[in-house]
Amino acid sequence: MTNTEPVYLDHAATTPVLPEVLVAMTEQLGRVGNASSLHASGRSARRAAEQSRERLAEALGARPSEVLFTGGGTESDNLAVKGLFWARREADARRRRIVVSPAEHHAVLDSVEWLAKHEGAELTWLRVDPSGRVTPEALAEALGDGSDVAVASVMWANNEIGTVSDIAALAATAHDVGVPLHTDAVQAVGQVLVDFGATGVDALTMTGHKLGGPMGAGALLLRRDAECTPLLHGGGQERDVRSGTLDVAAIVGLGVATVAAVGNRVERAGELARLRDRLVAGVVDQVPDAQLNGAPLDDVVRSGPGRLPGNAHLSFPGAEGDALLMLLDARGIECSTGSACSAGVARPSHVLTAVGADPERARSSLRFSLGHTSTDGDVDALLGVIAPVVERARRAGMGRR
Amino acid sequence: MRVLAAMSGGVDSAVAAALAVDAGHDVTGVHLALSPDRQTLRSGARGCCSVEDAHDARRVADELGIPFYVWDLADRFREDVVDDFVAEYEAGRTPNPCLRCNEKIKFTAVLDRAQALGFDAVVTGHHARLAGGELRRSVDAAKDQSYVLGVLTPAQLASAMFPLGGMTKDRVREIAAERGFAVATKADSHDICFIPDGDTRGFLARKLGSRPGPLVDAATGATVGQHDGTYGFTVGQRRGLGVSVGDQQPRYVLGIEPVTRTVTIGTADLAGVDEITTAAATWTGAAPLLPFRAQVQLRAHGTPVGCEVLAGEDGGLVVRLDEVQRGVAAGQSAVLYEPDAERGDRVLGQAAIRLSGKRQGTVRH
Repeated sequence: MTNTEPVYLDHAATTPVLPEVLVAMTEQLGRVGNASSLHASGRSARRAAEQSRERLAEALGARPSEVLFTGGGTESDNLAVKGLFWARREADARRRRIVVSPAEHHAVLDSVEWLAKHEGAELTWLRVDPSGRVTPEALAEALGDGSDVAVASVMWANNEIGTVSDIAALAATAHDVGVPLHTDAVQAVGQVLVDFGATGVDALTMTGHKLGGPMGAGALLLRRDAECTPLLHGGGQERDVRSGTLDVAAIVGLGVATVAAVGNRVERAGELARLRDRLVAGVVDQVPDAQLNGAPLDDVVRSGPGRLPGNAHLSFPGAEGDALLMLLDARGIECSTGSACSAGVARPSHVLTAVGADPERARSSLRFSLGHTSTDGDVDALLGVIAPVVERARRAGMGRR
Repeated sequence: MRVLAAMSGGVDSAVAAALAVDAGHDVTGVHLALSPDRQTLRSGARGCCSVEDAHDARRVADELGIPFYVWDLADRFREDVVDDFVAEYEAGRTPNPCLRCNEKIKFTAVLDRAQALGFDAVVTGHHARLAGGELRRSVDAAKDQSYVLGVLTPAQLASAMFPLGGMTKDRVREIAAERGFAVATKADSHDICFIPDGDTRGFLARKLGSRPGPLVDAATGATVGQHDGTYGFTVGQRRGLGVSVGDQQPRYVLGIEPVTRTVTIGTADLAGVDEITTAAATWTGAAPLLPFRAQVQLRAHGTPVGCEVLAGEDGGLVVRLDEVQRGVAAGQSAVLYEPDAERGDRVLGQAAIRLSGKRQGTVRH
């Protein structure tokens, strides 16, 4: 164990709260007022929430009325996928198909699996290329004439391997056959250009804690013409689609964080890509058989980088991800193996499996993700220990059958 | 020392980890996920390694401020413990899966991996004393677990720590309560962890299917009934035989013959044995010179009995008991102890029981 501050290379899990977010939220927490109340305190709370809605909308190319505040990315994904499915099927009972990528986050995957099990949905899995990307051709093929499709969902950028899909092209493809497209942009906002209106998607998931905002605060951007059946019924807040007293302090924090992350995006993305490229080159220099998963570092799509600038996802053949994580953790370096089950058991990543990696490669992988507090010192710290850590993990792996 | 604490989520391993931290070791907690289909919540005192147990272990680790991970050993556990358990029953023997788990999982798979990762020792919440390489019974006779540790070798013991052997279970719970551990009042585990409903016969029936055979009375040689599988029986068993023989005397299982699927039963006077033949022995220290006198325990929670230990065939032992014992089942371990009232009986080693019988008027089963 180390007594110094940990080297945090897990920004894709969550990222430190920005100082200006802390200030804005602390101020708001000290004020009374339900944004639905009619008196002065209520008006003051509502003003704070609506200002935040307007700023967030502007930062993401949406109209304020298209911003629905939620409890975070998981809720937004559930609301979009289930709500659009229910509403579209209600309008036309033939629409029972959901077209979805197998590399989605579990908030989408488990939602569509639930709809298949309990609501009669039929799932069509999209082909993904070896980098994890969904192409317009693959989407068109899966949609067919679209008449029996309720909703399609493709993430903007993958949370594990960082691959970016061309969401504008996918939205156009879906709209060609009259199908709405939802995209999970939790990892994309603040790292690549996300313009809701220009992209044309019908629903977009984002969350606060991946870009310097609070946990438990997110939004679903939902086009005004998109019918969406609510998950939560009650006071009729958020266009009647998401009832519940607005968490004004969290919404204020979410707005401040989004504006800051989007405003500094170009400069920060360049810095993250520089650090990330150093990290990958340094690791491969010391562990020559390490393999980069996902798109190449310099990959591009029409909207910009084809890979999140802060994402480095590497496999270390012969070593197990959980042994590597433990050994790095003991040296004060924090990263991730991708997914763990609710009990904490490391599982082979479903994303790597979806892109055709064998289970051994999936089990031997680590995700290093950089963010707004990352420095050259963080990369140096990793490069200072990675070779002996991999060597030791490989020895530990040999004892297993 | 860098120490790996195996944390089940129970009170014993929680306190053992805490004591290792107190002793100044650099401790890392690990919860072993041993079942591929984990229950979300614990059901009663049975079963283990549910998601809730992992949570309980993690809570303690977080309070102790130590790193904590879950290791997925479900495949190894299935191969080395569960499959072995089923195969032993299939062969007409009565295995002890806890002993097998200590031998193959905790002090082989976990210890090997721990050492490869740079740890010096594995600490567990077993109730047994270990000092100077000598394994002894716990001071709490009712909770003593030295029997299921009797299979460990000197090398394994050299990298093991059992901090609870010197205290009673009540004291363990007191320590947990003093530290505010939520598991202080958690129920003790019983039975076999991978059979959470406690129905061993039903578990084996699902694995092995129906394999009917005869129940034969030892005195007359007559077939007195049928059974659905020899795996439903253990030598010494009295209840659940499903037969009644005319004389109303209680009958015991005397022997199980897996090839002909014959279960032999007989009256109490035929059920006793005073000589045991074993498979190759393992020793906790240097192998003792044969023959020697010792005490032997023939099952978990069994009563030790004086014996003379002699060399048998193929590295096995012949154990001559001072008193006739009933219910001596092949597959169980004969764990040998050197009595020591002051420091605790010392475990010398163990050997799996193969045959048992009477020295005079030999009835071999």
